[in-house]
Amino acid sequence: MTETLLNAAGHGLVLVGLLFFLAGSLGLLRFPDIYARLHALTKAHNLGLGLLCSGLALQASALSEAAKMMLVWLLVLIASGIGATLVASTANTCGIVPRQVSRRIRHKRPREPKE
Amino acid sequence: MTTLYLVAAALLLVNASVGAWRIRQGPTSADRMLAAELISTSTIAVLLLLSALADNPALVDVALLFAMLAAIATANFVTRTWTLLRQDHHSREEAGHD
Amino acid sequence: MTLAQWSFDLLLAGGLLWLGWQALFEKRRFSAVVHFMAFNLLMALVWVRLSAPDIALAEAAIGAGVTGALLLTALGRLPSGTSSGAHPHRWHPHWRYLAVISACISTAWLIAVVPQLPSPGLAGEIEAVMPATGVDHAVTAVLLNIRALDTLLEVAVMLAAVVLVWSLGPTLRPLPPATILPGLPALSRLLHPLFLLVPTYLLWRGTHAPGGAFPAGAVLGAGGVLMLLADEVGWMQRQHWQRLLRLLLVSGLALFVLVGLGGLLMTGTFLSIPLGVARLLIMAVEIAMALSIALMLMALYLYGEPGQ
Repeated sequence: MTETLLNAAGHGLVLVGLLFFLAGSLGLLRFPDIYARLHALTKAHNLGLGLLCSGLALQASALSEAAKMMLVWLLVLIASGIGATLVASTANTCGIVPRQVSRRIRHKRPREPKE
Repeated sequence: MTTLYLVAAALLLVNASVGAWRIRQGPTSADRMLAAELISTSTIAVLLLLSALADNPALVDVALLFAMLAAIATANFVTRTWTLLRQDHHSREEAGHD
Repeated sequence: MTLAQWSFDLLLAGGLLWLGWQALFEKRRFSAVVHFMAFNLLMALVWVRLSAPDIALAEAAIGAGVTGALLLTALGRLPSGTSSGAHPHRWHPHWRYLAVISACISTAWLIAVVPQLPSPGLAGEIEAVMPATGVDHAVTAVLLNIRALDTLLEVAVMLAAVVLVWSLGPTLRPLPPATILPGLPALSRLLHPLFLLVPTYLLWRGTHAPGGAFPAGAVLGAGGVLMLLADEVGWMQRQHWQRLLRLLLVSGLALFVLVGLGGLLMTGTFLSIPLGVARLLIMAVEIAMALSIALMLMALYLYGEPGQ
């Protein structure tokens, strides 16, 4: 009984994790600039892999295996979280302007009088 | 269960091919790097799925190594490659254009 | 083989070919390097599908960590104006036809020859001599006892590569990053306990399961590269540490050669280890090799001779 329940929960978690992966790659495909893509990708890294790892850990044969899978998730969390801040702050310094902000600034700026 | 996980692994590979497209497309070098990160995370997920499929715990170790080393490439890219690519006026388009 | 399995394998093979092609023929160097890093990732999956987890482990440790770091840093050091390479598409047509024809012929030859290979390979022979090797894992037995000479020469080749890189000139000084990155020291602080724990685990596992000196050394070396990146390894540059650094670099190879010579004295064959001490000696050689492989990778990452 417990095993069936655990298996069903594991399968469900893996499927939901897969959805987050698909959402992340859709973002990578469609989003307009690097900051937005970064945002979409971290969803795949943090939630997608996290749900997949917990789903597989529920069905793991031993506790040590389950712990190792959760460690994988923790490591990816560290790498993607810190990596995202590194990439975003360097992009900002290098002068890549976030798309939306630049548009709003252009909108608010008073039109220069034509010569 | 086996079919479900195999289909999931195949889907993750299709997912990774989106990353391959982004690596080719750019436009900035940071985009390419992010796409490589997506492929790396997909590889980790596929490895975990395969380890559940084949009941082979050694594959979790491979996934663990990938997860540990994922940050190294990003850190190198940010500190040692990107800023220098920008100073190179031949590749300024690639490094900074968006 | 079900349909799902077939489609997975086909996707994997197709992706591998695509990434390899792009890595070779992409004009922009940065793009080529990223394609190559992704190629390494997929290659590990291919080794897993070929049921070779040992090679997948080594590929993961070397391909994901150190190769990417070395290539990316080298790319940042290229002189201005060289960030896009030559046009490989502008080969003379004759050469192109020759290459395509020879690739087709060798593929056809491989397809014809592969089914004729003995299907379990040498597994039977190795299984038969396993009790005489002193370890319980076939790959470790092959690497450090049955074909120890190959491993010895591999370490010698790595040492030669370090000598070659160091002969290029003094160490390249790290340039300041574009902005203050507080994430970098945090990253190395969070990961370093694991960079010590995981290689130890891999070394211990190597006696009875996939693991061993090469992945352990590569992971340790990747940790060292992260420390070099955060500029936390001052001693490698100082003058009075140079002798010790060189000694540590050759220690793995030296211990290996000593064990081989000891085997020559005791049994009459170079590198044959008596069964009584085999387990202990193999462990000692593995530990020394892992440490010196890690140091060699760090030494390669300096891109020049330190202490100048």
